[in-house]
Amino acid sequence: MSKPNPANRLYSKDHEWLKDNGDGTATVGITDYAQEMLTDIVFVELPDIGKKVTQGEPMAVVESVKSVSDVYAPVSGEIMETNKILEETPELINQDAFGEGWIAKIRLTDPQEMKSLLDASNYEKLIQEEKN
Amino acid sequence: MNLKRTPLYEKHVFLKAKIIDFGGWAMPVQYTNVIDEHKSTRTNASIFDICHMGEIKIKGPQALAFLQYCLTRNLADQETGQIKLSTLLNCKGGIIDDLTVYKTDENAYILVTNAATRERDYQWLKEIQQNKNYDCLIKDISDTTGKIDLQGPCSEEILQNISSADLKNVSYYHFVQSKIMDTKATISRSGYTGEDGFEIYAPASQINLIWDKLMETGRPFGLKPAGLGARDTLRLEAGMMLNEQDITEDISPLEVPYGWLIDWNKDFVGKSALEVFKKNGPAKKLVGFEMINRGIARHGYKIFSGKKEIGIVTSGTFAPSLNKAIGLAFLDKNFSLPDTVIDVAIRESISQAKVVKLPFYKRQK
Repeated sequence: MSKPNPANRLYSKDHEWLKDNGDGTATVGITDYAQEMLTDIVFVELPDIGKKVTQGEPMAVVESVKSVSDVYAPVSGEIMETNKILEETPELINQDAFGEGWIAKIRLTDPQEMKSLLDASNYEKLIQEEKN
Repeated sequence: MNLKRTPLYEKHVFLKAKIIDFGGWAMPVQYTNVIDEHKSTRTNASIFDICHMGEIKIKGPQALAFLQYCLTRNLADQETGQIKLSTLLNCKGGIIDDLTVYKTDENAYILVTNAATRERDYQWLKEIQQNKNYDCLIKDISDTTGKIDLQGPCSEEILQNISSADLKNVSYYHFVQSKIMDTKATISRSGYTGEDGFEIYAPASQINLIWDKLMETGRPFGLKPAGLGARDTLRLEAGMMLNEQDITEDISPLEVPYGWLIDWNKDFVGKSALEVFKKNGPAKKLVGFEMINRGIARHGYKIFSGKKEIGIVTSGTFAPSLNKAIGLAFLDKNFSLPDTVIDVAIRESISQAKVVKLPFYKRQK
């Protein structure tokens, strides 16, 4: 069973989460539901620091044994920091998707874009629809 | 499209397996996750639903003569109870299938084919028979035949509990026709994982009973079901090829590690084309490689040496038992020797890999 989706996050329809750090930056990752669908993550390709990313466009790659999946940027901005530990221990995403498995910190170009994301309860509804 | 289901389909659904389309079949790719199922096979044992594979019976006065002409391998010295791997070629020397030949009696054989090529194999065998008037029966018995693979170091101990066969006397690539509980079954010591284990054939109507009994008996040994995901990583670590992925009808046995399956001293379908090919030498070869840099090479990724394109990846994965990324690739023969460093194009960047000898994984005996 998936872990509950924290209320202090926003969610994309592509199963990324975003935490507004309140200083013009946001931390992003993939949701617990996403890691559960992917199962055993064995490789993460992180974006370069300074890279400009666009909302809805690929910003990173996660690979399970069987599949290759893009991680889409939930908001536009510049990559400030990436979670380098994932290069050695990609399974952290499986173990703690909302915590130690974070992927990158983004400096937002347009904070208004966050309005297009889902809150936890609407994201929960989306997951239930997908499961059915 | 309606996917075909094996007799064990309901079990996979009950076990909440993730089901995928595998060559038109609804098959379990994983029950829990690929890495656990893979490792569990190497340390304990796993059972796999392999009912989708094909079985074709060849029987009659000219069965041997017919197969000698159809297949590249020489079967003249094959004993009853022995299995031989062979290729089945088209007239151009391309591989239609790599299949195993079970000799069940004098002039009686069962060919075990890949799932996706089963109908193609059957039609081709019929065509050859009709052109040359061989006196033998060719019958596709796939739909009435169930197949379970039991693979891993605990396999013999588990199966011995429920089988009347003396399994320790069944050697590698040999089989017995015996019983599992009250059901007639063919049990061979063989498989597609690089581990010790058995392939079990029984009537499709009885295969659920055998599955249940194996699960019950195997539980204390850590036996679990494993899906096609683990089957793929296991076979790749063992350096085995996958039909329709590593091999296609455009590929000859000389380009892949199947040269040893050819007997040049007999006549067989595709031989004259192969002889021309042999004289010129193949331009490319299928080899194993392992990644030096980070990254996983996948099917279809291009391979370079500097700016020159020299090949393509046919299979690639993270190898759970080796903890590194490995794969098979067709390479220009000038770059196919072990330790040659190659550049794999992974998305927008290049990652280095090196050619290595097969298999990647060999079990301790």
